[in-house]
Amino acid sequence: MRHLLGIEGLSREEILRLLDTAEAMLEISQREVKRVPTLRGKTIVNLFLEPSTRTRVSFEIAAKRLSADAINLQASGSSLSKKETLADMASNLEAMNVDLLVVRDRTAGVPKMLADRVRIPVVNAGDGAHEHPTQALLDALTLRQSFGSLEGRVVAIVGDIAHSRVARSDLLVFSALGAEVRVAGPPTMIPPGIEALGVKPYFSLEDALAGADAVVVLRIQQERLEGALFPGEREYAQNWSLTRRTLALAKPEAAVLHPGPINRGVEIASEVADAEPSRILDQVTNGVAVRMAVLYQLTGSEQ
Amino acid sequence: MSGLRIRKARVLDPASGRDEELDLEVEGGRISALGRDLPGRPEHVVEADGLWLAPGFVDLHSHLREPGQEYKEDIASGSLAAAAGGFTTVCCMANTDPVNDSPAITEYIRRRARESARVRVRPIAAATQGLRGEIMTEMISLTKAGAVAFSDDGEVIRDAAVMRRVLEYARGVDRPVIAHCEDPDLRGAGVMHEGGCSTACGLTGSPAEAESVMVARDLELARLSGAHLHIAHVSAGRSVELIREAKERGVRVTAEVTPHHLTFTDEIVRNYDTNAKMAPPLRSARDREALREGLADGTLDCVATDHAPHAAYEKDVEFTAAPFGVVGLETALPALLAVVRSGALSELEAVAKLSHAPARAFGLRAGTLEVGALADFVLIAPELAWKPEPSDLRSRSKNSPFLRRELVGRVVGTFVAGERVFDLGTGS
Ligand SMILES: [Zn+2]
Repeated sequence: MRHLLGIEGLSREEILRLLDTAEAMLEISQREVKRVPTLRGKTIVNLFLEPSTRTRVSFEIAAKRLSADAINLQASGSSLSKKETLADMASNLEAMNVDLLVVRDRTAGVPKMLADRVRIPVVNAGDGAHEHPTQALLDALTLRQSFGSLEGRVVAIVGDIAHSRVARSDLLVFSALGAEVRVAGPPTMIPPGIEALGVKPYFSLEDALAGADAVVVLRIQQERLEGALFPGEREYAQNWSLTRRTLALAKPEAAVLHPGPINRGVEIASEVADAEPSRILDQVTNGVAVRMAVLYQLTGSEQ
Repeated sequence: MSGLRIRKARVLDPASGRDEELDLEVEGGRISALGRDLPGRPEHVVEADGLWLAPGFVDLHSHLREPGQEYKEDIASGSLAAAAGGFTTVCCMANTDPVNDSPAITEYIRRRARESARVRVRPIAAATQGLRGEIMTEMISLTKAGAVAFSDDGEVIRDAAVMRRVLEYARGVDRPVIAHCEDPDLRGAGVMHEGGCSTACGLTGSPAEAESVMVARDLELARLSGAHLHIAHVSAGRSVELIREAKERGVRVTAEVTPHHLTFTDEIVRNYDTNAKMAPPLRSARDREALREGLADGTLDCVATDHAPHAAYEKDVEFTAAPFGVVGLETALPALLAVVRSGALSELEAVAKLSHAPARAFGLRAGTLEVGALADFVLIAPELAWKPEPSDLRSRSKNSPFLRRELVGRVVGTFVAGERVFDLGTGS
């Protein structure tokens, strides 16, 4: 593994090795002194061309716990500055002699395109509606903590599947680990050809939740609700929100995940988000451990 | 003076159906004789043993970018690319800067062609002023100035009533209206074909129906107006069916397909290669199969390149930000020969689709090797394998999806009015 550009292309073994490494990293995060010298002297650039506080901070903490220097580069504008090419950006980054690049961009494919143009490892921290592999790995780690193994488990992913990079990476990682994955949402939010990725689409929340071991609730973006995909927030909240009533259709103790930040009362009710089966805060903790594992495997000595 | 003789070439002339080893002789810029062991001693002799001799290719759809975007291409560089690809006639699209929507611009393009082009350049004028889809252009004056067809290519005439009037008016000058069929609303922000690949890539797709609903509309309007509609770069299988049915009903429609749509599918977008981004997009394998069948049965009359040069720095950006379009003049022949190897076309048919068929579609005097015709022809090494590098392309821009792919068949010589305008051997 030279880069982490997506879950697509990772073998089951590579995924399991990342999760095992992340488990070991969790232990470091629980120490009094939460820092090991493993990546001392390494420089990691967090290139966030689309703003995201949570993911950036998670990567930053992960780098610091491994004693790497983390530098944040944030784009002021929306994307590449005018007339700057990907090749220009790549050569600028290489000239800084950094050891690893973490890239978040609002456009699908940018981490892959940069990886083709630089010699250092690249980690995709979310690209458009394509992939968000570290989110998927932390979700898989969270579910593994709940169930021991995902083999044969039923996981429902609910929301705007078409525009969600989390959905794509999640369904790929859960399927790779042997789970049965259902994706659910109104048909306007289910992308064409999704069955080719090995999942079954559901157009009813109740059907998708029946007998599920876990539910991943996706964040609904306001602009989608007001666009052509859905008539409005009220209709969504009344028919697609995960509430205590709808959650009861899943297996008892079903795990509830959400990539955050949550829209209370829209895709998830507070009564569910804050209650016991919710693993939303564990996800945040696991996020740091997974990102430590990724940085370690890509820059560490064990390559 | 007895000028030039090409000896012992395999002559492929779709107009006459001829396919045999012959000598061809040129005098005064025209084909003067065609036969076995011609008598006399011409001034120049080209030994063409093992080569094909075909009519010069005719491209109904090229963007030569002059005036206004000479950093991408100009008439000189574009015509050099054309010559290297075997094209002796190129029809250039109107979306230049300024737009070719007035006789003065049409005349300017023709003058620049006389000054700098190696091949024949025939301007296509805009169908509406400024490509705005509102007021039609001065089609009668434009025809007199040398426009061979009318098109807002790149833009779509959204308003069906405007499209109707454009077709009706063009009927009066008996010139085709070329339609780029993509419903702008259905296409939306789509940057590739909508399907499993767009879902996996996380890129916004544009469904095949964005094309076919517009094809259906324009076919109905062609029937209503009785005008000649030419459908550009057909990409969807459903469009082929609609055109086939319209032809059966007697609608005056012709259609073209590009070498890239005949070759690739949306699968090659998976690595976010912006040289695989064009409009309409590469579609599914089933669509590609339908395009090949449509080309074979004549539903799609001919091949046209939609040669659309863009500078390297314009393409080296995010997939969504990159401009649509690929160059195509220099790789059209090997792409068609691959279709021949797939069994869909004969060799003579492939030559026809590049030369005689497009000339006939637009009523151009080209694409034939009959005695007395202009001596525009091409010499082809049919088995020559090559992998194009950017430096192999004569076009000023290198945005080709065929780069570094194994191609078989290459143009080795191109002649316009009997003058050699391209020689692969000498590299000029
Ligand atoms: Zn077009």
